[in-house]
This record gives sequence, C-alpha cells and structure tokens, in this order.
Amino acid sequence: MGVLSKRGRVALRLRVDPVACDAYGYCAEILPERVTLDEWGYPVVDGAPVEPHLMDLATRAAAECPRRALLLERVTVDA
Amino acid sequence: MSITMSQTIDRPSTTDDPRTGDRATHTPGGHRGTPRLLTGSDVGLADHLATHGALFIPAGNDMGWSTQIWEAVSASGIRGRGGAGFPSALKWNAVRQGRRQPMVVVNAMEGEPASRKDRTLLAHAPHLMLDGAEVAAAVVGACEVVVCVAHDNPVAAASVERAVIERESSGLARFRISVLRPPGRYVSGEESALVAWLDHQRALPQLRLDKSVPLQVSRRPVVLHNAETLAQIALIARHGPEWFRRQGTPEAPGSTLVTVGGAVRSPGVFEVELGTPVIDILHGAGLDAELSGLLLGGYGGAWLHPSKVATPFSPGPLTEAGATLGVGIIIALPVGVCGLAETARIARYMAGESAGQCGPCVYGLPDLATDLERLSAGRADGQILDRIRNRAAAIEGRGACRHPDGVVRLVRSALAVFVDDAKAHANRRPCPGHAGHSLMTFPDTTEAASWAS
Repeated sequence: MGVLSKRGRVALRLRVDPVACDAYGYCAEILPERVTLDEWGYPVVDGAPVEPHLMDLATRAAAECPRRALLLERVTVDA
Repeated sequence: MSITMSQTIDRPSTTDDPRTGDRATHTPGGHRGTPRLLTGSDVGLADHLATHGALFIPAGNDMGWSTQIWEAVSASGIRGRGGAGFPSALKWNAVRQGRRQPMVVVNAMEGEPASRKDRTLLAHAPHLMLDGAEVAAAVVGACEVVVCVAHDNPVAAASVERAVIERESSGLARFRISVLRPPGRYVSGEESALVAWLDHQRALPQLRLDKSVPLQVSRRPVVLHNAETLAQIALIARHGPEWFRRQGTPEAPGSTLVTVGGAVRSPGVFEVELGTPVIDILHGAGLDAELSGLLLGGYGGAWLHPSKVATPFSPGPLTEAGATLGVGIIIALPVGVCGLAETARIARYMAGESAGQCGPCVYGLPDLATDLERLSAGRADGQILDRIRNRAAAIEGRGACRHPDGVVRLVRSALAVFVDDAKAHANRRPCPGHAGHSLMTFPDTTEAASWAS
C-alpha cells in the first residue's frame, strides 16, 4: 500500500488538530470507516495508514472540514 | 541509598525577601550524600563563588570548550527536571546547527500548585541556575537568556533579578539575561505555551506535529530547560560527569529536589539522591501518620499504594509501580482522608485549568470531575466506575498538550490505589472523609492572571 520509496512505503494517516477542531463532525459523515465521534462530538482517528480504497474519501473529509482540522500526515511504513 | 537532608522551610507569604523568607537547614546524622543545590550558603554572588568556585565560560565561540561541556553533560546522564525527563544534552543538538542564533529559555514557571522546588532553588541559589543558563547559552551559541518566572511568584523573580544585577555590576554577566513574568496558570509553563507567550501570543499550548522541530521565538530556535536542570548543569560543568554520578543510580544519576507535603511534620523542599526509597524521604520530612496513599509527581501525577513506599524515588521504578516522578512531588495522604475525594478536587481544579482549546479536555475533564465528585459523595449510579474508565480512555492522548493525559493518569491510579473505597462508594456509601478537610492546596483562580497578561 502506498508508494515505494527508499526508506519504505510512504502512506498517509489521519490526524486531528485538536486546537482547530470545533466538532462539526463532517469527517465522521464522510469517512465513517476511519473516523468516529466521541460522546462530546469530537473525532477519534487511529494512526494506521489509510487504505488505498479510502484515500479519495479521506482527502475529501480533510478538504471539507470547515476548520481544516483533519490532517493527512505522511508516514513511512516499513518496507 | 539514603536521603540527602537539605531542607528548606518554604514560607512564601511571610516576606518578600528570599534571604530571610526561606531557611535552608542541613540535617546530617548518618545520611549519605551532601546537598549540592541547596547548600544553604549560595544566595549572594560572593557566597556563590565561595561555595562553588568560579566557572569558566568562554566569551566567544569556543568549539573545544563547547564539545567538552556537551560530552560532560551527555555522559552525566542528566535528564530534565521539569517533568518530561528528556536528556538535556540532546536538546542542544537540535539548535546548534541552525542558521539563526538560538535563545535559551529558563522555565521556572512552576505551574504545578503542589511544587515549591523551583521557587526555593531560585530563592536560595539563583546564581547556580544562571551559571547553568549561561553554560547552555555558550554551548549552543545563543544570543540571550530569558528566565520565565510566573507572574504570581514575585519573590522568586526578585531573587533572580537581584542576582542578574549583581552579575552585571561585577562584570560577570556574559549574556544578556532578562527576567520575564508570564501568566501563572497551570499550563502556561508548558513549553509550547511559554514559547507562544514569549512570541507575543497568548500563553496557550500549541499543536506540534513534529516535536523534533525546535520551538521558535522571533524565528529564533529556542532551547528550553527547567530551572533545576540548569543548576545541575552548572555543577556538571564545574565538576564533571563522574562527580555527578556519585549520587543517584546508574539509570537516574544525581540528586534532585523534591517537594514533600501532606501528613508530615516538616513539609518543604528537600534535596535527595535519585533512587532514595520514598519512605526514607517521608521519614526525613517527619512522617507522622498511617498512610492511605501517596500522591507522586503532582496534580497531573499518580497515586502510589502505601504497600509500595519502599519504591526508589527515580523515574523507572516509580513508573513501574504505577506512579511517576513528575516534577518531584510527594504528598502523604493519611488514613481518614478520602483519596477519591482528593482526586475529585484535583480533577475539578485541573478541568478549570484547561486552556480551553481541545474538545476532549474542555468537555472530558469536567465530566470526569463530576463523576468523581458523585462517587466520593456516595451519589453513584451503577455504571459510574465503567464510565470514568471509559472517559479516561476517550480523553487520553487527544489534547495538543499533555494536560488531559496527566488527569487521566491521576484518575486511573486513584481507582487502582483506592479500589476498595471506589467499590464502597460505587455502592452509594460516602466515606466520612469526602466532605472533610483537604490536604491539597489550589491557587485562587478567580483572580488568576489571564492567558495574555
């Protein structure tokens, strides 16, 4: 999964900027496979790389966040 | 290993003069180790030089000297004394190669309400701390040193200011040193919040996506050390790493300052060797009660079960025992005072000290505090313990800073250490201690400084 580089596979993972996040919750609507909401309405994500078939939705979820609080972070997965 | 008995009676409100406000007493009597930081004769510059000797710091860039000091500090194994325990020498690597001249920031904010160690150090040995700051500045090629003392701590700030003037008038100052007074809130001493304030923003923690990137003030990289760490570095620069390692353990070398409070006859700040059993430190402070628990590390720390009082006071063993060294705090909770009620009070205070930026902290901490208050008052419902545990898990790791994580750790340890009380309370039995007196002290936040002042 992801692009093969010298150091391993480059992939993207989700991260929430908790300072920017205002709990609009769009991310969990767009990408329920990877984003859940806690009891206060704030998104919970894990640090695992986003699977290729969910990349389009992940990109959309990040783009549609009114606070730009959903980040897609580059990670290198061991080759 | 036993206790290095150097105690200072901390009486912050009696006078503004640190020369008379704090008393340093050295109690020998069969104890190993000599106090290094709290020698009791280190306030003025003449005393300081008589006690520790002069310290050579080159005026310009001296690579040979810098490398030698870096190697000494690295070999000493010293870790930061501000709570995070990061190896001090590594902090210098990140800023040494940059294009911009770095700035050294001394963190003497001491936002942890139970801690007195940094203000005690600043009142008793301001020159030692300043020596260390100048060593760090010279090693990284910094242009200036900024000492941050919380706005509500005028005594410590005055002591440092006086020391700076003394150094300037005697021609000993090698760097421009300023003393600044950020707002005294719990999280404003968090390093990214402190740096934000120095950079003309509010004193709020910042999200750092990559913590290997140095913090910046006016686009200068910042090297930030706790005040006590710098005082220790001043001694390592003088005496070398082997001397430093004569106290403490191989994993946690050196001495450290610890604030002891609660059910002891002589609460205050002590200098102990790292690795000293917790019980020895308590006896040194005059433990005079049967214990129901020990608060370690601070309000963002953890409870230690009384059966573990022999745990060495050092990061590894304390973490293994479910507690934490934190900023060096031990509060002895006697039998009869409810640990869960104390935890509820702390959680409520910590909820109020949230910077208000991150949802899980803003909403999660008050909810945790409310359930802890219900639990200790015997107003629990059947799901309360599960709910507290689930919320703790939901909050953990989701703030920009570690403030909520500290509360989570404290709450989890409370449910583990006071498990019998928790079960009794969950069955709607309040304990006599829940409304009783508290051993915890809290700053008056109604008049507390704003985030920007």
